[in-house]
Amino acid sequence: MSSKMSAKNVSVSYGPFQALHDVTLDFEANKITALIGPSGCGKSTFLRSLNRINETERDTRIEGTITLNGENIFDIDVTEIRRRVGMVFQRPNPFPKSIFDNVAYGPKINGMLTGTTAEEAVESSLRRAALWDEVKDKLHDSAYALSGGQQQRLCIARALAVNPEVLLFDEPCSALDPIATARIEDLLVGLKEHCTMVIVTHNMQQAARVADDTGFFLLGKLIEHDKTDLIFKNPSKRETEDYITGRFG
Amino acid sequence: MTRRAIVNKLMFALCGLAAFLTVSTLFLILAYLVYNGGTSISLDFFTKLPGPSGHPGGMANAILGSAEIIFFAAVIGLPIGFFSGIYLAESADPWLPAIVRYTADLLNGVPSIVIGIVVWTVMVVPLHHFSALAGGVALSLMLIPITARSTERFLLQVPRELREGALALGADKWRTTATVIVPAARRGIVTGMILGIARISGETAPLLFTSLNNEYWSAGFKEPTASLPVMIYTHAVSPYADWHRQAWAAGLVLLGLVLVGNITARMVLTQGAKRS
Repeated sequence: MSSKMSAKNVSVSYGPFQALHDVTLDFEANKITALIGPSGCGKSTFLRSLNRINETERDTRIEGTITLNGENIFDIDVTEIRRRVGMVFQRPNPFPKSIFDNVAYGPKINGMLTGTTAEEAVESSLRRAALWDEVKDKLHDSAYALSGGQQQRLCIARALAVNPEVLLFDEPCSALDPIATARIEDLLVGLKEHCTMVIVTHNMQQAARVADDTGFFLLGKLIEHDKTDLIFKNPSKRETEDYITGRFG
Repeated sequence: MTRRAIVNKLMFALCGLAAFLTVSTLFLILAYLVYNGGTSISLDFFTKLPGPSGHPGGMANAILGSAEIIFFAAVIGLPIGFFSGIYLAESADPWLPAIVRYTADLLNGVPSIVIGIVVWTVMVVPLHHFSALAGGVALSLMLIPITARSTERFLLQVPRELREGALALGADKWRTTATVIVPAARRGIVTGMILGIARISGETAPLLFTSLNNEYWSAGFKEPTASLPVMIYTHAVSPYADWHRQAWAAGLVLLGLVLVGNITARMVLTQGAKRS
């Protein structure tokens, strides 16, 4: 098994508050890893370190190393890291632009439209995000005219359009209804051939449904990380068992 | 009725009265302007030059002059204010934006007559000419802090998710600001600019020292130029009843333009709110 991304001894502080303690975790290529744990356990903080987006918050300090294909991400230009490690957020956040312009945004700013036209790039991304058939006749309408679930799939298409190697999801379904959630979950499983994925979720059933591996966080520490089956059926740590059986959290 | 209930009713009535006075002032002013100046508004008012008492003519030169001065103020003040607003909203420096913001608020509070004297000293005196350009510069000094603060306010209202969405695609900070944040705040920013222009278009004091006045068509932007506020002033202090009516009419036109600007700005903003 090859690791696409690895975190080694990663600690994160916001000012005086240390949100993450010494996390070491490998992400296997073309697999989905779920990060679960109660609110405030540091799983989102960890996720937001992987594309260095938490550096935009003031007084953030990150220690340890994170590598992408063996290369330290802190040695690579931050805009390049964010192109190669995409992110989908908790609430759908389409830009106030047309559907087409939302998807074309990333390729355009990254100068990726040599050889392919914007139309081709937009169509292939929307197809991979299973949204093409619903929007192909209204590409130039505002993205805000779409439903919440469609907007989230648009955001996935937008992230896919820059061909990321890794895609991070920060509770991508918490604002969606069960049907829209199911569609996104199907989509994630289908995207495994294109990229490696990491998903933060509050929903343990969701982790069980989509993830190959699962990591359990508690109070800023990674308690346990293993195959999803093992985590849910036979956890090796007491805290993990307590959490997944609903004794706290 | 208990004492408490009486105090309650009394205080509420007082507040209601104060609110009524606030709102009725605008209508009182409008009614006064229409009553005193309405009859002087005719085609002549918009097409003819002012004349002597008995042949009051119109204020075409002042309307054009005001437009010219406000144009200069907008060309200078809006871009500077806009980019300062971006700086205020986007700079990550812990100290400088706070200093700029505080200074902008102080500039906003400088009495307009002081701005007039300063521009007179630095522009009119060295160039030996009152001019529309100097008037525009004086008004732009008032427009800059207004635009900067309103631009900042609307940029900060853009949700953080949009900013992070662009950054997460590999956009750098400037790209994010220029292609996502500013477009998302576009309507608010434009509204702020319209309100700022409406706000400065009635200023008189800075123009007395800079563009002065002119009974005739201005000979150019480097020459003394008539404007509606100054024309109102000179006509109102004259001893002639027909000139007084012209001043009221000019006031009505000026207020009308300001109100149209304000209402347009608010309509632009509410329509934007509905769409997004």
